[in-house]
Amino acid sequence: MEITTQEFKHCDLFKVKGRVDSATAPDFSKALEKANKDGRFKLVVDMSDLEYMSSAGFRALLATQRNCKRYNRGELVLVGVPERIREALELAGFTELFKTFDDTIAAVGSF
Amino acid sequence: MSKITFPARFEYLDEIRDLVAQIAREGGFTEKEVYSLQLAADEAASNIIEHAYEGIADASIDITCDMQDDTLVITMRDTGKSFEPSKVKQPNLNAGLSERQIGGLGVYLMRKLMDEVSYESNSTTGNLLTMTKRRG
Repeated sequence: MEITTQEFKHCDLFKVKGRVDSATAPDFSKALEKANKDGRFKLVVDMSDLEYMSSAGFRALLATQRNCKRYNRGELVLVGVPERIREALELAGFTELFKTFDDTIAAVGSF
Repeated sequence: MSKITFPARFEYLDEIRDLVAQIAREGGFTEKEVYSLQLAADEAASNIIEHAYEGIADASIDITCDMQDDTLVITMRDTGKSFEPSKVKQPNLNAGLSERQIGGLGVYLMRKLMDEVSYESNSTTGNLLTMTKRRG
């Protein structure tokens, strides 16, 4: 897994590539938690180059979404969710917990 | 039926998913089904590493993955703490963000993705998880 972060005026963009499983989810969590620690709660996660995500990744997304939405200070949104990952998120009942966008411009612009 | 022994460490999940994908593709499963099988195997192995062995460093998992006619049969044997998937509380998928429990999600996905998931625990041979999925 590879994760790159870009700070915009109104939000942070995370581009995650490769595979998020129990081995790599801790690093994914850490990157998201760092933004929260820095007082940034409007987060965009670009998943368009993500090949695979297990429930370990879903857990990281859920924990971060809870933290971001607390006190209405922000939100985590998803971009370019690949079909297979979207199907798994749906199966887990997660799709209603995250706004999803087709492209990063729309997602970044939503904040 | 060939058995492969993997170290019970998260770094080996990649190899476990690769093994399942290879056998499933050879067995004629679609790419959508291959992804589901990889996810189910990953969730099963992750649960064994995290809960049965609870981070024991030198533990291992014996895995078999074979086609039996049009059905893929995956077995995982471990000698860790026994764990009964049927006793895992089903996650409430309608709960809101703050009430949503993440525990039990792996087992829930395994059951949804596979046709059958069974579990046997034996004090001498350890725990045996068997998961099957029919092609198509």
